Amino acid sequence: MSTVAWARRRRALRQGIAEYRRDREGLVGIVVLGLFVLVACSASLLAEAENLRAITADERDYPRWASPGELGPLGTDSLGRPVWDQLVYGSQVSLLVGVAATLIAIVIGTVVGVVGGFFGGWADAALARLTEWFLVIPFLPLAIVLAAVLGPSLRNIVLVIGITSWPVTARLIRSQVLTIKERLYVERARALGASGAHILGRHVLPSVMPLVIANATLTVPVAILSETALAFLGLGDPTRVSWGSMLEDSFSAGALGREAWWWYLPPGLCVIAVVLSFTLVGRALEGVLDPRLRDVHAVGR
Amino acid sequence: MTAPLLRVRDLRVTYRGERGIVPAVRGVSFELDEGETLGLAGESGCGKSTVANALLRLLPRGTEVSGEVLLDGEDVLAMKPGRLRAVRWTEVAIVFQGALHSLNPVQRIGGQIAEAIELHDREADARARVAELLELVGIPARRAADFPHQLSGGQRQRVLIALALACTPRLLVADEPTTALDVTVQAQVLELLERLQRELGLSMLFITHDLATLSYVCRRTAVMYAGRIVEEGPSEDVFRRAAHPYAAALAAAFPVIGDPSFRKRPAGLSGDPPDPRALPSGCPFHPRCPVAEPECARVEVELWPAGEARRAACVRVLGGRS
Amino acid sequence: MSAEPLLEARSLHVRFRGRGGLVARAVDGVDLEVRRGEVLALVGESGCGKTTLARALLGLERPAEGEVRFEGAPIRYDQRFLRSYRRQVQLVFQDPTGALNPRQTVYEAVAEGIRIQRLPGDEEERVARALARSGLRPPERFASLYPYELSGGQRQRVVIAGAMALEPAVLVADEPVSSLDASVRGEILALMLELVREAGVTILVVTHDLGLAWTVADRIAVMYLGRIVEEGPAEELLARPRHPYTRALLSVVPEVAGMEPQLLVGEAPDPARIPSGCRFHPRCPLLASGEAARLGIEERCRTEDLGLAPVRGAAAGHHAACHAL
Repeated sequence: MSTVAWARRRRALRQGIAEYRRDREGLVGIVVLGLFVLVACSASLLAEAENLRAITADERDYPRWASPGELGPLGTDSLGRPVWDQLVYGSQVSLLVGVAATLIAIVIGTVVGVVGGFFGGWADAALARLTEWFLVIPFLPLAIVLAAVLGPSLRNIVLVIGITSWPVTARLIRSQVLTIKERLYVERARALGASGAHILGRHVLPSVMPLVIANATLTVPVAILSETALAFLGLGDPTRVSWGSMLEDSFSAGALGREAWWWYLPPGLCVIAVVLSFTLVGRALEGVLDPRLRDVHAVGR
Repeated sequence: MTAPLLRVRDLRVTYRGERGIVPAVRGVSFELDEGETLGLAGESGCGKSTVANALLRLLPRGTEVSGEVLLDGEDVLAMKPGRLRAVRWTEVAIVFQGALHSLNPVQRIGGQIAEAIELHDREADARARVAELLELVGIPARRAADFPHQLSGGQRQRVLIALALACTPRLLVADEPTTALDVTVQAQVLELLERLQRELGLSMLFITHDLATLSYVCRRTAVMYAGRIVEEGPSEDVFRRAAHPYAAALAAAFPVIGDPSFRKRPAGLSGDPPDPRALPSGCPFHPRCPVAEPECARVEVELWPAGEARRAACVRVLGGRS
Repeated sequence: MSAEPLLEARSLHVRFRGRGGLVARAVDGVDLEVRRGEVLALVGESGCGKTTLARALLGLERPAEGEVRFEGAPIRYDQRFLRSYRRQVQLVFQDPTGALNPRQTVYEAVAEGIRIQRLPGDEEERVARALARSGLRPPERFASLYPYELSGGQRQRVVIAGAMALEPAVLVADEPVSSLDASVRGEILALMLELVREAGVTILVVTHDLGLAWTVADRIAVMYLGRIVEEGPAEELLARPRHPYTRALLSVVPEVAGMEPQLLVGEAPDPARIPSGCRFHPRCPLLASGEAARLGIEERCRTEDLGLAPVRGAAAGHHAACHAL
């Protein structure tokens, strides 16, 4: 009979995919996102890493401030580096930071939320206080201080963003755990003789996971924006090009005054596109996976 | 013979929503005289609450309604919006189920009753009327300043009754007014409804799944199944000597305490009431019917005389076999 | 029927700290025996403490005083004991829809207890047997369904199957049919009686419905404000109720013919403010009608608390807590 159960799960998955495909915005999101991931993965084929180095002009014969018509698809910057190559390699940093920082935030947030919500008592009180504390402190000042203390490197940027963006997740997961804990089927499991670990593993976590996944896709764009902001403030990794650092470079080199739109517009648009598509995917996933929404569909007649 | 206060003729209600077309009421006809009480019994999804809401056209937009709901000879279904608003509450008022949800939790109960009065009569001395209404339903007038959560379940149900009586309606529709209440409190509320009905000469349509309560409160009872009335007659007859097998099964769910024939012999039907979107062919009750015959899967019979002032929709009645 | 007590409450008290620091005495000194092989109905109105008492008997609620005894020995509240205890004493819920995890199939829901209890033998066979025993036949047809694909009555059968898979000695059924449609209730009650007859299970059914008690129970205990006020054989108790509360309760049930309705004043009071003396005295028709004064017990009703005592002139095992008896 368990094979039957697996067949049912596969069918549920297929149903989920079918439901996702009905969401047009979600489809657009996933297509755009796929393109960016493809670009990031095949960066070495699409662009030359050599072109990213800030070297003197005599080693290379690219003109400075070249417009798209003059050189390459997107022209060059104030140091004669082609914008296209920066943009392609920048996607790696943005996606990497976004995903890695989200992973940290989600893990911390889920653990804090589940532990607090499920066990309650003083642990919950302490964790709730900590969560509130992190929520109340404005993100940027805290991130700036942390980044300054830890020093500018890609790893530290990920860490800084990760440990500042978990509280929202923690609160969401905690409230979900609290409602699940009160469900009658949890009481039934307890009446069957179940331990806390069983209830956590069999009932609470499976019900929370869809929410975690949907929430993760919604945290990625926040992380990407944070990276952009930190890099724009000059707190990014100086050895790596990211969309945020491109914006910062163009701004400080006076690209706005020179109307060198080909330098600052592409990274800006890319940030918007990635952030938007993650949000669209997250919302579509929420609709498919959120147990509250699903329960309503299942029970309603 | 005077015309009845309410005459419903071939009422049909079909919901159209995300979940498809739901024929909730499929041709219901009944009459209610001035000062009479009629019980409408049935289980969840049988359409009884839809009938109640259709009387005042309290149905979601896009719902298809046909037939006639004649109130004093005037068709509610054909009324203009202004006339309909005037009729609602001054002629027909509803006591909803679930007193907790029907009252605004952040408004004092006196204010909620006064609101209903002032909506229909700006000149009225709402304050005095509220006090009078609360006393009428057995709540001290000073409690008008209370919020719903300060009252017990039984008192909230009384407030809902006072609210329904605010504009002195002639017909009171009570939709499961006592279902959530304890037995002793339920008895108090039923006694109140009975007294009001008698003293104010109200007509009452009492809707519930509890046939036993109906036999106690109403003179006549109609039993609904799958959007239709399947049996109608004096309450006592319907409850104790049902002609339709569904009405009999429903009655059997309310054992007579002290009657040894019910001891250790629970009676019930297999299966659930049907989904109105996918009704069985023929008589919709035939898959659950203990005495179904082959033809029941093909034909759905109309209500048919089944004795003194009684009607039932069953081939056995038609064939004189019941 | 043997008179051997299988599950007992002995001067059991369960208290909750309510809002405003008041202590609610939900169960306030209950002695109750559930005997092997019987169906005992615990009857009362909402807030009388019947559900709390049932939860305490299951070990889901820890008593403040007194003890719960199973097969003659007091139950303990450590994890190990509770797990083995719950194999013996199982719960059937009022709301089967809520009691089933919407993400679990019928198979998983029924197998859950078997896995938790690590019962030996073939799991699939145990599940199939429990499903068949609960009237879900053939079992393979139901095993892979999700709760939303079942009717209300079928869901309750799944919950019962999940409990029966552990082959318990006692089923505690808390309002097992009140969320079901009226025409479906009989089937579930019939199933419960069948389990008593064929699987030898003992049932404590908690309900507000006297008609249900009349249909299934061998004995009835009536609870009011944290106490049992009357208990006895079902036929005797419902035919000749002695406690004024039971009498009032019965008189207003529409299913009872020929009793003058006795309307009680007010609603059941707060378990945080239990009246002194007999806890029923503020609503008691005997006091209101002056009957108590004629009997010369009015003072005792107001001041003297009392427990169950055998009713003079009644059948054996008929007990009530009333000064007038």
